[in-house]
Amino acid sequence: MSVDPVDIEARISKTGQQPPAGPRVTVKDFKGKADPDWCPGCGDFGVLTALKQALVELNLHPHQVMTISGIGCSSNLPGYVSTYGMHTLHGRALAVATGAQLANHDLKIIVTGGDGDGYGIGGNHFIHSMRRNVDLTYIVMNNQIYGLTTGQISPTSTKGMKTKSTPAGSVENPIFPVSLAIAAGATYVARGYTGQVKHLVDLIKGGIQHKGFALIDAFSPCVTFNLDNTHEFFKHRTKKLEDMGHDPTNFAAAIQKSYEWGDEIPIGLFWKREDLPSLDQLEPILDEGGPLARRPLGISPEVARSLVRELM
Amino acid sequence: MAKVDLSIGIGGAAGQGIATPGDILARIFVRRGLHLNAYNAYQSIIRGGHIFLTLRTSDAQVLSFGDKLDILIPLNQDTMNRHLRLMKSGSLVLYNGDKIKPGEVEAGVQLCPFSVKELAPNIRGDLVQNTIALAAVLRLIGVEFKILEDILTLQFKRKGETVIAENVGVARAGYDYAGAHFKPFAFSLPDTGKKLAFFEGNQALAMGGAAAGVRFYCAYPMSPASGVLHWMARHGRQLGIMVRQIEDEIGVINVAIGAAHAGCRAMCATSGGGFALMSEALGSAAMMEIPVVCINVQRAGPATGVPTKTEQGDLWQVMGAGQGDYPRIIVAPTDILDCFKTVPELFNLVDKFQCPGIVISDLLLSEGRSSVDPAELDFNVPIDRGEVIGLNGSVPPVNGGYNRYQLTDTGISPRALPGTAGYTHVVATDEHDEDGVLISDEFTNPHKRQAMHEKRMRKMEAILPLLEPPRLFGPEDAQVILVGWGSTEGVIREAMQKLANEEGVAANNLQIKWMVPLHCEVITAIVSKSRKIIIVENNYSGQFARYLRSETGIVAHGHIRKYDGEPFMPHHIVDGVKAILAGTTEKYVPVHEIMV
Repeated sequence: MSVDPVDIEARISKTGQQPPAGPRVTVKDFKGKADPDWCPGCGDFGVLTALKQALVELNLHPHQVMTISGIGCSSNLPGYVSTYGMHTLHGRALAVATGAQLANHDLKIIVTGGDGDGYGIGGNHFIHSMRRNVDLTYIVMNNQIYGLTTGQISPTSTKGMKTKSTPAGSVENPIFPVSLAIAAGATYVARGYTGQVKHLVDLIKGGIQHKGFALIDAFSPCVTFNLDNTHEFFKHRTKKLEDMGHDPTNFAAAIQKSYEWGDEIPIGLFWKREDLPSLDQLEPILDEGGPLARRPLGISPEVARSLVRELM
Repeated sequence: MAKVDLSIGIGGAAGQGIATPGDILARIFVRRGLHLNAYNAYQSIIRGGHIFLTLRTSDAQVLSFGDKLDILIPLNQDTMNRHLRLMKSGSLVLYNGDKIKPGEVEAGVQLCPFSVKELAPNIRGDLVQNTIALAAVLRLIGVEFKILEDILTLQFKRKGETVIAENVGVARAGYDYAGAHFKPFAFSLPDTGKKLAFFEGNQALAMGGAAAGVRFYCAYPMSPASGVLHWMARHGRQLGIMVRQIEDEIGVINVAIGAAHAGCRAMCATSGGGFALMSEALGSAAMMEIPVVCINVQRAGPATGVPTKTEQGDLWQVMGAGQGDYPRIIVAPTDILDCFKTVPELFNLVDKFQCPGIVISDLLLSEGRSSVDPAELDFNVPIDRGEVIGLNGSVPPVNGGYNRYQLTDTGISPRALPGTAGYTHVVATDEHDEDGVLISDEFTNPHKRQAMHEKRMRKMEAILPLLEPPRLFGPEDAQVILVGWGSTEGVIREAMQKLANEEGVAANNLQIKWMVPLHCEVITAIVSKSRKIIIVENNYSGQFARYLRSETGIVAHGHIRKYDGEPFMPHHIVDGVKAILAGTTEKYVPVHEIMV
């Protein structure tokens, strides 16, 4: 039997969806069952605060949200927020989230994790989730170090960095996650800094409202193991793209800005496009009938007969 | 006794169009109500190499692709050179005499050359020899030309009248030429008046998934498992199944787990190498208590191995996949129809027990084809999703909070589907408490860890009584019991018939389907009555023999093993049984007679 092609053009839908109505939620509604076990002063606290605040401002209710992580200090986040959470294997959060999103496209899915989890061991899923434009909001707490394993280089560690695995200093070039995301096809690419929570809230909100793959790479300093990229380091260097007159629809400018790393390090929204459908919008079987996960099972006798007829 | 038991071998290089005449013959056979078993020996090459398709048909049940050939159709000289010496008196060889020359041949073998140049002077291309040979075969087994004419007309419908007329004309020429020049078989192919269907194991597995209500299927292409993906991709939209090709097998199983946790019945299939990549995530499904089904279609390993050849070499891999102990169900279907019937059964079990389920198939089963009575393909199967909150309509009030991993006597705790108000929780691959909070990092807790571990593993005890115990097949008081698992059932049972009819040896068979958990008591009770135990398996080290010994203490008296990539033929097992009974060896490894 033949299968008709999908008309991609016809499937582009407008983004900036309205938050669901209903009683107002508060930050308290998102309090998780456990308290964070992060080191005092860890940047990840800033992401947790910003995420909860973004969910409150969008009036999303805990059961409408799924938070999916991998493994690492930052990947403990789902335990600290009351949503449907999945604390999956190291590097696999985006793959699990892809399945969950396609199975229930009514859920708002936030994926959280660290730079090692997402850009290192999970690198393959990272690239392919972006090219597929899966409707996910991916927040990477980027501390440029492996913290939970007590301090080894990560894919974003800068050249020359001395760690337990590079006592003579790293000789490798780091990944530029923002550049990579733009090139790989993510449709919302931003960078935040946990020292600027209010700004981060806006970036996360924008990512959740965006229909498609949103990356928010958040500088989240590790106060214990990364003594190079500290709050002191970022505080004076980070500059908001909004204040630089950057146009996030300008691809060339976005790429150029994404490689800037020096006395000025840009944060904010680098790149956004709304003219591409997300993967769930491209899938004809999701056109009607609601989330796949809630559809009744079973095959009609007519369809069953047609399947058997093919074999005769 | 069977009136007809006919085997046809078609061989050539990849790209010579062996599949089409094979399919046409298979359809003709099953439409006459004849049984069918087909096996295609092929290589990992798109053009060239040597492919050999064996089609066997009979009015009686066909258990394997058999031992002998009645008709050989070599499409090139290489096939002629490889196979002619195995042809026995009474058989015939059909070939294009313009290009292919026979060699030495046993007396009584009828050589049937035809000339493509003479029969189809105006048609270019090699494929025409297939049409002529096909028509000649049908003439020699007494099938009326009209049937072939109708099939060709349908096949070339889109290409227009001229092409139809051309092909029907060539077929007619071949049909008449065979009638005039070759001696037909003594029988005419019977028509039982009933119509059968035929399918390959991968289709059966995919259709079993569809019957089970699979809503999510994903895979990374890998021989010999890709047939499941292809069926799903062709039918996904019609059936409301999300079908996705993922970047690698680690991704595949994790995507499936995500979909399963969200509430879909989710399935994936791969071969040994891909399965190895899935190992860690299978353990995570057990830890998070998410039901998911993974099919491992075994091929000859290790590593890349022989991608297009069969083996039963992954038993220990699937039993040991992933770190730590965790509950899992492993099932090895015993024939192609069983592939279809097993998948819905397995889904009900994994949903009830919230753990991963693994189907262990192999190339022989998954790419082999067999006839099936359409009445057996019942899609209206029982579906039991187990204890799920939020799946249908009403959601019970949360009294005193919801503990996803509540300790229970059965080890089963009610799942709540994401999206259900009031039941938010975290599922974790870290060890966790009843409420989902981690007990792995900040505060480990040996007592809770033990309790949670026992809760999960307790499920295995409750699963076993739900699995159909293996049953002895054949005479109870036999000289020898042949113990096998999974795909070898058909060939073992045919070997049993041969042993009884030709060698006067009474054998019976115990075929194991449910591998984990294993019905140890039932197996011990049956096997311990036997005087001579022989274990038959398609691997080097006797993976099942060692498993059986570890679980039951049963030590077999003899072993028949094959690990050359090709499946057992009945006579391999017959020869093995004879050698072991004669005391010449305890381990018999047959030599495959032909390079295919």
